[in-house]
Amino acid sequence: MIAVALEALQLLLVLALAPLLTGIVRQVKARLTAKRGPAPWQPYRDLLRLLRKEVVLAPNASWLFRVSPYLIFTTVWLAAAIVPTFTTGLMVSRTADLIALVALLGTARFALALAGMDVGTSFGGIGSSREMMIASLAEPAMLMVTFTVALLVRSTSLPQIAEFMVTHAVGIRVSLFLGLISLVMVAIAENARIPVDNPATHLELTMVHEAMILEYSGRHLALLEAASMVKLLLYLSLIAAVFLPWGMDIGGFGPRAVAVGLASYAVKLGVGAVLLGVFETSIAKMRVFRLAEFLGGAFLLGILAAIFLYVSQGL
Amino acid sequence: MPALANLSYDTAHVLDTGVLVLSFALLYQRRLFGVIKIYALQALVLAAAAAWQAHAQDAPHLYITAGISLIFKAIVIPIALHRIIVYLNIHRTLETALGIGPTMVVGVALVALSILLVLPVTAASGALTRESLAAALSIVLLGLLMMITRRNAVSQVVGFMSLENGLILAAVGVNGMPLVVELSIAFSVMVAFIIFGIFFFHIRERFDTLDVHDIERFRGERQ
Amino acid sequence: MLSALTVGLGLYAGAALLGLAGRRAPSPVYLTAAAAGGVIALAALWRLAAAAEPVAAVLPLGLPWLGAHFRIDALSAFFLLIVNGAAVLISLYALEYGRHDDEPGRVLPFYPAFLAAMNLVLVADDAFIFLVSWELMSVASWLLVLSTPRQPETRPAAFLYLVMASFGTGALLLGFGLLSGGVGSYAFDALRGAALDPTKASILFGLAVIGTGSKAGLVPLHVWLPPAHSAAPSHVSALMSGIMTKVALYGLVRILFDLMGTPPWWWGVVVLMIGGATALMGVLYAVMQHDLKRLLAYHTVENIGIIVIGLGLALAFRANRLDALAGLALVAALLHVFNHAMFKSLLFLGSGAVLVATGERDMEHLGGLIHRMPRTAFVFLIGSVAISALPPFNGFVSEWLTFQAILAGSVLPQWLLKFAVPVVGAMLALSAALAAVCFVKAFGVVFLGRPRTPAAAEAREVSLLMVAPMAGFAAICTLVGIVPILLVDLLRPVTAMLLPGSGTALPESNLLWLIPFGLERSSYSGLTILLAITLLAGVLVVAIHRFASDRARRSPPWDCGFPDPSTETQYTAGSFAQPIRRIFGSTAFAARERVDMPEPGDARAAEFEVTLRDPAWEGIYAPVAGLVSWLADRLNVLQFQTIRRYLSLMFAALVLLLLIVAVSQ
Repeated sequence: MIAVALEALQLLLVLALAPLLTGIVRQVKARLTAKRGPAPWQPYRDLLRLLRKEVVLAPNASWLFRVSPYLIFTTVWLAAAIVPTFTTGLMVSRTADLIALVALLGTARFALALAGMDVGTSFGGIGSSREMMIASLAEPAMLMVTFTVALLVRSTSLPQIAEFMVTHAVGIRVSLFLGLISLVMVAIAENARIPVDNPATHLELTMVHEAMILEYSGRHLALLEAASMVKLLLYLSLIAAVFLPWGMDIGGFGPRAVAVGLASYAVKLGVGAVLLGVFETSIAKMRVFRLAEFLGGAFLLGILAAIFLYVSQGL
Repeated sequence: MPALANLSYDTAHVLDTGVLVLSFALLYQRRLFGVIKIYALQALVLAAAAAWQAHAQDAPHLYITAGISLIFKAIVIPIALHRIIVYLNIHRTLETALGIGPTMVVGVALVALSILLVLPVTAASGALTRESLAAALSIVLLGLLMMITRRNAVSQVVGFMSLENGLILAAVGVNGMPLVVELSIAFSVMVAFIIFGIFFFHIRERFDTLDVHDIERFRGERQ
Repeated sequence: MLSALTVGLGLYAGAALLGLAGRRAPSPVYLTAAAAGGVIALAALWRLAAAAEPVAAVLPLGLPWLGAHFRIDALSAFFLLIVNGAAVLISLYALEYGRHDDEPGRVLPFYPAFLAAMNLVLVADDAFIFLVSWELMSVASWLLVLSTPRQPETRPAAFLYLVMASFGTGALLLGFGLLSGGVGSYAFDALRGAALDPTKASILFGLAVIGTGSKAGLVPLHVWLPPAHSAAPSHVSALMSGIMTKVALYGLVRILFDLMGTPPWWWGVVVLMIGGATALMGVLYAVMQHDLKRLLAYHTVENIGIIVIGLGLALAFRANRLDALAGLALVAALLHVFNHAMFKSLLFLGSGAVLVATGERDMEHLGGLIHRMPRTAFVFLIGSVAISALPPFNGFVSEWLTFQAILAGSVLPQWLLKFAVPVVGAMLALSAALAAVCFVKAFGVVFLGRPRTPAAAEAREVSLLMVAPMAGFAAICTLVGIVPILLVDLLRPVTAMLLPGSGTALPESNLLWLIPFGLERSSYSGLTILLAITLLAGVLVVAIHRFASDRARRSPPWDCGFPDPSTETQYTAGSFAQPIRRIFGSTAFAARERVDMPEPGDARAAEFEVTLRDPAWEGIYAPVAGLVSWLADRLNVLQFQTIRRYLSLMFAALVLLLLIVAVSQ
């Protein structure tokens, strides 16, 4: 009974916190560029406003165009609920391991790319094409990080990984450090953040994610914006669960442990949001075709991390 | 604490692999100033590694190697190269003979090759020595790779210097290696001469002469 | 089971005779073939589900001192299920598709013969019957490829196919000869027990890989596959790509796992690296294509690579006596065999439907078909998502299991294997990601957007008779994706037979959970994910429509304020693939782009040219072909000699032979 309540709590928590997280990132970026910026809860207002608006569809938009936002949002929301946030004891976290999680996000991206191509404009094609290029490099990098972590923990199950990192003396390990850097680079690419893509740009030729959702409006756009906010929260939770899991409740569901878990999760999210804002302000966006080198670097770090771990385990 | 029981091993491991990752970062750079900054960072990490080995092996002469690396390679040489580039207006973007992506793939293959080579051969030694030697061989090979895939003279010299960093790393990693300090000094002198060589080459290219007499005329000091 | 097989083969023969009888109507032939397939498939399914003992039979056919040995065990039953199950659906599809054939007399007799030959390969229990059936399969499919002689690409494609098939059969012939030479008999029972010295075993290994690999499409022996598969009619392409390649892999599994005993560890490395290279090169080739059928054919190469990766892992584990892990890798590979047969057949049938509706195969001439052909688009979408290895469909399940097997590979002791496994894992990850790119492009350019030609704008949905078999394949893909244990149960007798020490494969899995090792190591529940997504999405739709807004209106697209009525400004297949072409193609295919822009004021059109070079073709086949031509030119001199010269040649040969006899005495 408690387990079911906590699973529902996790599902609602990731949805409720996501817009706040994006709001904090925007607030940090504004302050660092000497502006006041909107309040951190502005994204909630934006989403509510969009939800109430009428949807405008192109004449040749198909059923795929109308169904995709719901599918994408639900998939990303479910994926975010699968990643352990404040406790490792939930059964929903076992329905998909790290590899299946990457693939689930791949399904969402497949639907989004198709939706971008649906109306038949050139900008949708630009977005889809570039997004798939980024995916073709970021996914393997993420799988290499999974490989490294799985080599160490002997498991790809997320609750297991978090428990291992908390209970075992892992020590300072170069492989994990390289894996963390690689995962952060992948997270930046997947969430369409600077230096990969500018989420606030209005120049269509520089867009990747925004170009795919260019033709969306009203409740569809609200769902897609919410999906990208939840995705940001997902990646921050993932980094926290895999590399910095201290504070999580390890399956006991005791009230004090859960409270500590929730508090540490909130702290990690907040710190992550601030760091992301600082990082985005301090660096410029890359040219599109330099992205291959950036993501190739992430892939390479993943492979190096796996090789180093192999070596130190084989001695 | 169990996490810190292996602190000595772990720290040395981190520093060695740090030098190796910086070799990869050197291969990734497209701009000359980036190359020099990364080289300075690599020399700094090498100094830290040498200092740690001096502490762990209880070999005080390695502190001198660390000092040479810190002062000469992390500070003096980068500043000198920076000045040369600005003064002689050397072309600042790197042209590569092989694309950056394929270069990195070859780099990873070279690391795998070094590991495959070193680990079975050194089966009788301690774990840290084996890893240091594997990392050092990888750094040497990556330095060579950098030398052959870059078309700019300064970047080729930096490749050579990173190769030399790898050799110093091997020297400090092995317990009880003699003449480490002498090796460091000898290599540093050689590198200094190479840099002078580039300097003179570019001066001759620019002014068509190495005669100081003639060059002073350009400075407006003589008629 | 044997009676079912005999009935089925009889029905195939009957269908072939009906086709030969020269009647123009395709229905009797295809219906009979479908019935035959249904009978055998059901019998095979029952046999696997009941985990029955193998049955064997010896018939007095063929060579008089040998007889013809046939045997149906768990491995044969599994492949029989795949071949005949797909044959049923494809034959039903062909009932309608066959009406669009120009020359049915070229297709009808050979289609059932092709199916019958494949069934014979699967039940052959001695080398002679195996090779005869293999050749029958090759010849029947070659005739089917030639069934459209008026298209310019058919004859070169058929010629290349014949050369490569003969080469492959030659390698297998040598291999079997080597294997049975020491034993003195061709029967598989005798070969099974034979002990081979390592050199002979290695040569045999090479010949087996080359022989079966050329038929399956391993790089660099894949060059025949795309031209042949795209020249054949669509239902035949589905059979060749989805089914015949699997029969070739059956041969590989039979030889390496059944006939040859415990392998040395380095075989695993070779097979792994070949599999990884095949997967990566296959998908890179596929991304560059703009002909729908060639794209699908190259993509088959990629999936064969994935299956072979699983087989390589199984070999490596077996060599190190880790039979439980070998069982997992083998289950992953065979599961992918089934899955690929299902979704590749679906996709080829879909391309056939598009061809019937529009007359076009080139993606650059299609577009917007989701409005004109909604049912075909829907099932093609399911096939595309399945082949991109995305949950909750079946492609993901087999790739997930392959990844789990790769992760388990860290326990392998040999250093070369230790490095090969993560490298191959990286290649697999890369090809899985690129497969998704490929199919976003394929589905997006063909079905989405706006029609690029009048043919696409006026397409009409094909008849239900063609859509229903595709829907059948799609339903199987979905079912296996959410309840994979059904198929894993059928595979357990196969691994128990080939790897006796492996125990039950995936012991803790059940209807809800797929668990390879144990719950704490990894787990996947496709059913839960699908139910959760459906439930959440349903609640969301209702809530938003009720409490927020459900209004929608149609209006011209935004397109940054400059909506362009010309359909030429859409993204094309070539432009979609451009980033991938720049990143990977410039190394793999020496891809070069050339833009010829007119001067300002000049009103002529700009030109954009992309050149790609095939490394396998230019590196291996073109030089070999050149060598053969050169040799033939030199030896051609012998055609034009005088009678006196011919006599002196014969005299010289005779004297030489007498000399040899004299000296060797």
